Amino acid sequence: MNYTTIITDVLVVGAGLAGERAAIEAASHGLDVIILSLVPPRRSHSTAAQGGCQAALGNCAMGEGDSTDIHFNDTVKGSDWGCDQDVARLFVETAPKAVRQMALWGVPWSRVVAGKKVLPDGREIEDKKEKEGLITARDFGGTAKWRTCYTADGTGHTLQYAVDSVVIRLGITVHDRTEAISIIHDGETCLGVVARCLRTGELRIYLAKSTVIATGGYGRLYGASTNAIINEGTGMSIALDTGIVPLGNMEAVQFHPTGMVPVWILITEGARGDGGYLLDKNLHRFMPDYEPVKKELASRDVVSRRMIQHIRKGLGVDSPYGPHLWLDIRHLGAKHINTNLREIKNICMNFNGIDPVKDLIPVRPTQHYSMGGVRTNIDGAAYGLKGLFSVGEAACWDLHGFNRLGGNSLAETIVSGWIVGRKVADYTRGAELNYSYSLVQGFARKQQERIDKLISGLTGRENVYEIRREMEQTLMDYVAIFRNGPDLQKAVDKFQELHRRSQKIGLRSGGKWANPELTAALRLPGMLRLALCISYGALTRTESRGSHAREDYPKRDDVNWLKRTLAYWKEGADLPELRYEPVKITELPPGDRGYGESSASAAGGNKAN
Amino acid sequence: MNKQRKFSIFRYNPNTPEIKPFMQEYVLEEVPGMTIFVALNKIREDLDPSLMFDFVCRAAICGSCAMVINGKPRLACKTLTSDLKGTITLMPLPVFRLIGDLSVDTGTWFRQLSLKTEAWIHSEKKFDPEAVEDRMDNRIALEIYEAERCIECGCCIAGCVTANIREDFLGAAGINRVARFMVDPRDERTPKQYFDVIGSDEGAFGCMGLMACDDNCPMQLPLQSQLAFVRRKMLAYGLWGK
Repeated sequence: MNYTTIITDVLVVGAGLAGERAAIEAASHGLDVIILSLVPPRRSHSTAAQGGCQAALGNCAMGEGDSTDIHFNDTVKGSDWGCDQDVARLFVETAPKAVRQMALWGVPWSRVVAGKKVLPDGREIEDKKEKEGLITARDFGGTAKWRTCYTADGTGHTLQYAVDSVVIRLGITVHDRTEAISIIHDGETCLGVVARCLRTGELRIYLAKSTVIATGGYGRLYGASTNAIINEGTGMSIALDTGIVPLGNMEAVQFHPTGMVPVWILITEGARGDGGYLLDKNLHRFMPDYEPVKKELASRDVVSRRMIQHIRKGLGVDSPYGPHLWLDIRHLGAKHINTNLREIKNICMNFNGIDPVKDLIPVRPTQHYSMGGVRTNIDGAAYGLKGLFSVGEAACWDLHGFNRLGGNSLAETIVSGWIVGRKVADYTRGAELNYSYSLVQGFARKQQERIDKLISGLTGRENVYEIRREMEQTLMDYVAIFRNGPDLQKAVDKFQELHRRSQKIGLRSGGKWANPELTAALRLPGMLRLALCISYGALTRTESRGSHAREDYPKRDDVNWLKRTLAYWKEGADLPELRYEPVKITELPPGDRGYGESSASAAGGNKAN
Repeated sequence: MNKQRKFSIFRYNPNTPEIKPFMQEYVLEEVPGMTIFVALNKIREDLDPSLMFDFVCRAAICGSCAMVINGKPRLACKTLTSDLKGTITLMPLPVFRLIGDLSVDTGTWFRQLSLKTEAWIHSEKKFDPEAVEDRMDNRIALEIYEAERCIECGCCIAGCVTANIREDFLGAAGINRVARFMVDPRDERTPKQYFDVIGSDEGAFGCMGLMACDDNCPMQLPLQSQLAFVRRKMLAYGLWGK
């Protein structure tokens, strides 16, 4: 069988902010670029980022004296020393420039309005006349200064629309409703992907000198996630399936403190940044009891743990969906809520029938972000294969280590998209596309055989949705905020069983054309391999660091674990192979974060009794 | 015991034209807080895995899931079944190309719209990475954002009589998109350039003023006043050349 074959210089898989920004950079260097995307670019999950984008501009009153050095320190502490510090340095230095570039491209950043203001806690501040009209910022967790630039309540939306407007102006080709289902390579060099058209079901071959994975996170492996339903880790999964490209730190999973019960839609950190409180069943504001300095604005991993700790003391509010806590923004006033936090108001009204101007919002920590991903070097080049790159949440660049700061992911998309896009252009201009077409066709045929097998139903009658629900629940039960050895072992065993069963899925609906059941069945085995990378990596890491909190190893252990996990998957294996590499420390030696459970005294082998 | 709800859903796959379009019925138990998002996924997972529909954010942010629900174009993710009476009838949006069942191709349509209206900042200014950003009054920033909030869901287009009878009409989404750039001081286009884009029956003058767009917009954008704003601008250019 002959497959439609499309050849280009640069192939970008994923049309969210990071992918489109990288595509623009490559196209601006005169290269032919094609973007593949599951959905039209403006539907990407990047648009859902309400809160903002960190950059040390220092324009607003509470940002005065900010600098890239302070942003660097916040980011490294936030990561619990798990990030690469050369990457963090490059990032903080570039972020202000990237934010200003976005202003030129059309983002209507909120601006400094001069005058005196009283904060919800009674402090009086004054925005100076000489800063009026410059890009302003709001407060976010884990930051020493107000540094999170924003567009009212729609930062991600306005960034995505501005970046996509440039993609359209430059005439960059986008093939939306197209899913990359396999990476084509010869063991040394990436040659492109096999993709399935989600309009017709057709398999197509894309060949390119360089391929960029920008498919976002895997949040939807978890049953309760703030993520869009397309965030199923497809790009990470096909990279892992090469057997030679590793995924970094997959056990580092961020839970956002305020997912709204029971639909798990995100209530932005801006709510707490702007002065919102967390209350328990007695309407007591409990965060200052645990975190006297940062209160509700410690880093996300810390706030999430404190909330679960408080719920475990029996102080949660009972509901049919399990105990939750309250987010209170009523004291911010109708005017502020209806403009700067309007999206929160709409979400509360539409999905819960409550009005945050007068009602409390039910919240619980919810899966939110994947710190781990396709491991790359500082140029965004994936380990293991020449010509393969990765950016954004799909990548482990590694800016976030074991906990990402709020506002650093949007900033990462436009910064790394810019930097890595340039590196992709440099590489591609010096590269040639050499391939054996029979090798290429072999990759497509292998996918066709998978599809034929699923349609024929000859290998089994397992139900794709049943296996999927079991995977989601197992991650929620055993690989969530607090973890321990026995639970993680249960999870690993369960995922191995589900992975075996996923090889025996039989479709019930024919599987022809762009059949949605076939789409789900093709993804599920890869999702289970990601679940195994997460749970097995977590089981093996016998310490607590950032979002990875082991009840049986509650301390950070810099002697044994100041290193990054690399997970490889050999064909036919039933577990990932784990290797480790050192974390790059160039400026700030490991120390205390200044919030959260003390981590300064950590040393080797401090197993809890 | 929860109520049983009956759904009547449009079925058609353009790849198999020999099977004519038909309405298929499904019955589901209505759980508290059930949205059309929850219901359709339940139908797909438990009753009919072949059913095609689109959701992405499921939080009324991305604009993927617009469909005609009991006769009105709405976002399915934020429509509660308990707010609907009797049988719940789901049809794909008209105007847009049908992909299958409830799934339509809004992406291609809106990219065309951006191309036709040149919906990007037109500026000769070069980016200087070392320079401080140009200042902007925060009120202007908020005014731009008001129009920029459009999520390109297509509800205004699907419910528009003109868009349903003439293929080239830009609709409320197009007029609003142009208004967004008109208020942006960074865009250097002249009134004539805007007139060439929108001063025709494809644009501001094709509208018959029925304003279903304004009623149907899930983001509550002020589409009626945006139309008036753009028409005033066009009139000013027509009368006085500015």
